[in-house]
Amino acid sequence: MPEEKKIIWRGVKDMPPMAVSLGSMRVNLTGNWRNVRPVINYEKCTRCMICWKYCPEPSILIKMPEEIGLKPEGKYAGKEIPVIDLNYCKGCGVCAVECPVECIELVKEEK
Amino acid sequence: MIEVIMGNHALSYGAMLSRVQVIAAYPITPQTQVVELLSEFCADGRLAAKFIKVESEHSAMAACIAASATGARAFTATSAQGLALMHEELHWAVGARTPVVLGNINRAMAPPWTIWTEQNDSLSQRDTGVMQIYCQDNQEVLDSVILAYKVGEQVLLPTMIVLDAFFLSHTSEPVDVPEQELVDKFLPPYNPEWKLDPENPHAFGGLTGPDWYFELRYQIEQAMVKAKDLIEKEGREYERIFGRYYGLVEPYKTEDADVILVSSGTPAATARVAVDKLRAEGKKVGNLRIRVFRPFPFEKVIEHLRNAKKVAVLDRNISFGHSGIFYQEVKSALYNQDFHPPIFGYIAGLGGRDITPELIEEIFLETMEHDKPESETIFKGVKV
Repeated sequence: MPEEKKIIWRGVKDMPPMAVSLGSMRVNLTGNWRNVRPVINYEKCTRCMICWKYCPEPSILIKMPEEIGLKPEGKYAGKEIPVIDLNYCKGCGVCAVECPVECIELVKEEK
Repeated sequence: MIEVIMGNHALSYGAMLSRVQVIAAYPITPQTQVVELLSEFCADGRLAAKFIKVESEHSAMAACIAASATGARAFTATSAQGLALMHEELHWAVGARTPVVLGNINRAMAPPWTIWTEQNDSLSQRDTGVMQIYCQDNQEVLDSVILAYKVGEQVLLPTMIVLDAFFLSHTSEPVDVPEQELVDKFLPPYNPEWKLDPENPHAFGGLTGPDWYFELRYQIEQAMVKAKDLIEKEGREYERIFGRYYGLVEPYKTEDADVILVSSGTPAATARVAVDKLRAEGKKVGNLRIRVFRPFPFEKVIEHLRNAKKVAVLDRNISFGHSGIFYQEVKSALYNQDFHPPIFGYIAGLGGRDITPELIEEIFLETMEHDKPESETIFKGVKV
């Protein structure tokens, strides 16, 4: 399998002779292409997972709320939630458009 | 073993002896017999290759590129319009660094439909980065296929073996078909460092921006330069095993020649007859055959033309609105040198019209009679 470390070359002496992928996308984090970030409002989210289905990357992961430090009570207690994988999300906004309850907001990436 | 075979079949034998693994081709006169015989070799078990029938020359080269990318040895052949249709894929084969070998039977471009020889088809592919080798006899055709894989696989560039329609493609000549065992010794299996392999997956040819595309082009040019040395080196190694030498150029009586004709393909063989006749009459003439057109043998051309008082270039091709293509190349090779013989550019034999010893004699005499050319293109044999 490809190496899971960043491969860097300086010039013609140490690069391959053709355009070829060398490493794994596990280390090529493409989330830095993003200029808007989707933020999910878990108070409004119905856990329908439509965002997960539509994400073209895919960079929406299904996790237990505890994994990201949430402890919802009531009918959503102990239920899986969609979580944006910011390592790969490019901010295309499909999730926000498709969300039936409009609980995903696109926030500008700025410092 | 000596076999009497046509140039087309010399290509097929060369491919078989090189143990090609994938052949993809589309038929076109005068190339068809090349792949007909290869398909027979595949059918009767003499060659263990996958023969892919495709719907066009574009697809033929695409299949060869893909095969070569997996580390297989791939071969195709075409002519004229077929080569033109392959054009995009020739660029791809070079950029992907796949050492496919392609036989091209020089055929004049249509319209009007025609099937006879002319170099405009192959020379139109000049800037793709495909190496180009112009052969003068069937023995050279066969040997050049084996040599093309040997050199191409070291520099990762495709090679076009070029032969004149009918004068070679359909003309039978005695050809020494080398022993498979000896060819195997000379040409080991292809095993590239970078290849398509499910066990070690890589993606090839992905989007590359201005930050690295430039370096990839630079590497292709470096490979071309390296190929020039390798063609001579492997030519010597081939000579050691098989007794026949092929280099970048082939000089004939050039050492003391006042007028040197630069030629390529079968007219180079005809030129030697004219040289001998004029030599017998006391005229100091010689012939320099350019065998390898890409990479262009600057150093050899300069070396052999250095002492010539005049140079004539014979082109069976024309860049419309400019001049003969070999003429342009020879002229540019000498520009930065400290010697400047007048160079005469003769266009002859377009569309397969015969280039006879008498015509070449006339070219020599005309060059001797004039101090310098009156025009960039001197047509020989136009009916007026």
